[in-house]
Amino acid sequence: MGAWFADNGLLLGLALLDGLASAALIFLVAVGLNLVFGVLRVLNIAHGSLFAIGAYTAAGLGAALGSGALPAWAALGVLILAAALVGAVLGPLIERLLLRRIYAEENVLQLLVTFALFMMLEDVQKLVWGVQPVHHDAAMRLFGTFDVPFGSDFIPFTAYQLFVLPGIAVLVLVGLVWFLRSTLSGRMIVAVTTDREAATAIGINADRVYLLTFTAGAVLAALGGALASPTAAIVPGVGASTIVLSFAVVATAGLGRIEGAALTALMIGLGRSVAVYFFPEAEVLIPYLIMVAVLLVKPQGLFGTLETRRI
Amino acid sequence: MTHRREALLALLFALAVLAAAFAAPWLRFVLTLALAKGIAALGVMLLLRAGQVSFGHAMFVAFAAYAVAFLAGRVGDALLLLPLAMLLTSLLGLVIGLFVARYREIFFGMLNLALSMVFYSLLEKFYSITHGTDGMRVPAVTWAGMATERVGGEWAVLVAALVLAIGFALLARLYLASPLGEALQGIKTREARLEFMGLPPRRVLLVAYVLSAAMAGTAGALIALTTRHVTPLMGYWTASGELVFIVILGGAGGVLGPFLGAVAYELVRVYAAASVADAWQLILGAVLLAVILFARGGLFSLLRGRRA
Amino acid sequence: MGITRRDAVLGTAFGGLLLPSTLRAQPVQRPQELRIGITTFLSGPASVFGVPGRQAAEMLIDEINRGGGIGGVPIRPYFVDEGPGVEHLLGEFRRLVLNERVEVMLASISSGSCLACTPLAEELRRVTLLWDCGTQRIFEEKRYQYAFRTQANATPEVLAPLLYLLKRKPDFRTIAVLNQDYAWGRDSWELWRAGMQALKPDARVVAELFPRFGATDFSTEVTRLLALRPDVILSTSWGGELDTFIRQAAERRLFERSTFVMPLAESSLERVGRSLPAGHIVGSRGDHWFQHPAPADKARLDRFVNNYRQRFNSYPIYPTYHMYQALSALQAAYAKAMAGNGGNWPNEQQLAAAFPGLEFDSPTARMTIREDGQGLEPQLIGTSRHTDALPFATLSDMIVFPPELVTAPVGRNSVEWLRGLSRDILDRVPAPAG
Repeated sequence: MGAWFADNGLLLGLALLDGLASAALIFLVAVGLNLVFGVLRVLNIAHGSLFAIGAYTAAGLGAALGSGALPAWAALGVLILAAALVGAVLGPLIERLLLRRIYAEENVLQLLVTFALFMMLEDVQKLVWGVQPVHHDAAMRLFGTFDVPFGSDFIPFTAYQLFVLPGIAVLVLVGLVWFLRSTLSGRMIVAVTTDREAATAIGINADRVYLLTFTAGAVLAALGGALASPTAAIVPGVGASTIVLSFAVVATAGLGRIEGAALTALMIGLGRSVAVYFFPEAEVLIPYLIMVAVLLVKPQGLFGTLETRRI
Repeated sequence: MTHRREALLALLFALAVLAAAFAAPWLRFVLTLALAKGIAALGVMLLLRAGQVSFGHAMFVAFAAYAVAFLAGRVGDALLLLPLAMLLTSLLGLVIGLFVARYREIFFGMLNLALSMVFYSLLEKFYSITHGTDGMRVPAVTWAGMATERVGGEWAVLVAALVLAIGFALLARLYLASPLGEALQGIKTREARLEFMGLPPRRVLLVAYVLSAAMAGTAGALIALTTRHVTPLMGYWTASGELVFIVILGGAGGVLGPFLGAVAYELVRVYAAASVADAWQLILGAVLLAVILFARGGLFSLLRGRRA
Repeated sequence: MGITRRDAVLGTAFGGLLLPSTLRAQPVQRPQELRIGITTFLSGPASVFGVPGRQAAEMLIDEINRGGGIGGVPIRPYFVDEGPGVEHLLGEFRRLVLNERVEVMLASISSGSCLACTPLAEELRRVTLLWDCGTQRIFEEKRYQYAFRTQANATPEVLAPLLYLLKRKPDFRTIAVLNQDYAWGRDSWELWRAGMQALKPDARVVAELFPRFGATDFSTEVTRLLALRPDVILSTSWGGELDTFIRQAAERRLFERSTFVMPLAESSLERVGRSLPAGHIVGSRGDHWFQHPAPADKARLDRFVNNYRQRFNSYPIYPTYHMYQALSALQAAYAKAMAGNGGNWPNEQQLAAAFPGLEFDSPTARMTIREDGQGLEPQLIGTSRHTDALPFATLSDMIVFPPELVTAPVGRNSVEWLRGLSRDILDRVPAPAG
């Protein structure tokens, strides 16, 4: 073991750095899904579409503004603006027009409404943004690179992935925890997550909580997409692969648990990057293996609590 | 609905399928796939009766299809391949069912999803054996020892699919009316009560799970014999979603529902793709949305009129 | 442009004189329109190729129809999306052939689709042109009577960049590969390795990375490659994944540490702009390049490039050339079959019989189809460079590999043929131009 670390310790260090950036993005997407699931009990498959639309919008907005008078430092702001825009427009629209009609229905119907929406949005994206990969990397270039020493060598990392993404993820985590603990709206959300019936019985306006939560979830999904757009080309089908990964995070984390989503994202991000170094063929399996392993030991997920059984 | 009316409806449905396949030869292929998917969706419907949504049943479909692709060279007769694939898939269903029957709702759904994604990845990873995304060709098979050319083979597999669909529909009906089947409803509503009645919920769910795996396996074998080319995409999560989609489209209220749903699904897809090749998902999604919002019991309930 | 009855009678009589009566086939009525089915990706990540392919088809079919169609018959295309998978594709294939009565199918971008369609085409006896899929397995594992490929296959597309690398950078020692984890990514690496073991057995493979198909981030892979410092990095990736890989590698200066070989990068050049630095090896799945150093007919190439740019506002990429080749082969085959049939419309056997040995024009070259159905297409490989004229990398030191040099001979298995190559082949590589 000691000998192995002596040989591979440095590589492991690099793997950890890579893992952080990817964990940050996974967290941003999955935490919104988990929040929505915790409150609405709807597993929103269209969350992946919101990710993609956020990414397309950010890249489009960046390209439109970037050529004009905007200073370079605004690139990051543009990303966040795009995410807020997408979430604030589409979130309430989807919640009011579609989800509100089916809260009383069986889970499977709710799931399928979002599946149908996902299918439709796949084609809508194609009609709006075409099929050529879309890309705008001003935000990544803005922060330049940072050289990490590696033995006698050095490895350039983009500061965007090394600092900015994890930084924003931590801000979102801290902000969400503060919001849920210390504000009235946040506490209402927690109350509904923990016990929906009791919460409405004491006069919490569930409709408002649902709307608020779904919009917040949509903003977070779009933010994930917007922040991914400087480093990744956005192509048709990107939503489908994002959403499966987020599902794994939600089930592993425990329903509605913010800290669970953070820990799971970290495990998946680090697990995958370590795999790339030492067992590259196992990389795609890592999220699922982590999920199966966690659920074997903790059937309600990492931070999940046993729901009251219906008798 | 009375037994007699449902039987009559099933008979009409079977005749309609045969008539359509006779009138439009290209529909034979589409209808065979629809019947096969209907069988798989029937299995998913059994689990839905227990309130559990599997987002991974395409794994069993793909498993059986690959089993056929591997075995067809050695076991060259469809009448042996079909039960063999069904048996192997049931065994896989038993092993996985022992694990996932402990879980409920989102955990049940997501574990099925995770396992199916692992299986999907393995089909791609073991490239030297499976040829990855290129897929595998299924060698020609005989039917009861008789070699068939294209048209004969297409009829053979269509008739086999129809017979199996009717067989499984009857089996599902009997099962749902039996105490084990009735107990499924209990898992959805009052699980603890099942225990008082001496029916361990896990075993109730496990039986349904193995049955559903067997049905998905039969579907996979039929699809492999029809398309003669299997690819990992058969096991991707969207294919599992498609099965749930079919159940809801057709209606989970009766055993005919999944078949109506499957035929409607395939036909809508074919006609949508023929009229607007690059927006067929938009149309399919809109149809599903309309069914959920305005015809909640699916096509089946439309057929039998408003629920009393 | 309609054909009169007198023409038909004369043609039949003429044909009757020339053909021995045993060979004379059932006369086929000239149709009102020539229906062709075209399968291509209209959804999913591969639509980056599929949609330009369809655009090229629409543009070229318009041009052909304005010129009177094929033998006076206008073409009507039916497009099918490959995105939903093999089941959907095989259903649509049957519908088009049995119900819409298409006379010819142009099948598939994905190799999986081609492998699934070709046996069905044979059963339905419908001429099928494999217009873009790359797998070399099709004609090496089986002979077909109705299927033909109007472009090269994976073997020349991989061997040409390998030979180019061995010419330009003969003393490299280490190589790493980063390919998409699906059939083409795996197959192309197998072919490359077979050729490399024969031609440069001392090259050491330091990493084999196959990230998930559709991955959107390669930073971990880039880090690992930065740490390994291989002399050469091979990537046969394409589309959004290649764009992302190039940009991430460029930002982190991986291009300064290793020479990249990217056999499909031509299709990404315009999108990645100046991110791709000079000095790296680029291929285009054929000899498709708007600044081809020695096209067979420069006016023809320019016309195609300009028309495409005017209509779709971007440079044509390789699938559009492949579509040109398929439609050009179709025109040539109908002309040949009609000439052999006394000017009458051919039936499906006569049409199929026209393809082996057929010669037709691509935008850049005169091409042939071999007796096994495989097309012989030259391969153009070049090195990226930047000029002030265009905002993206163009190619310098281009070598156009003649197809006979880089294609496995009829009846040979590609991998075995590559393993048996000797270094003499390097002496037969033409000199660079442009």
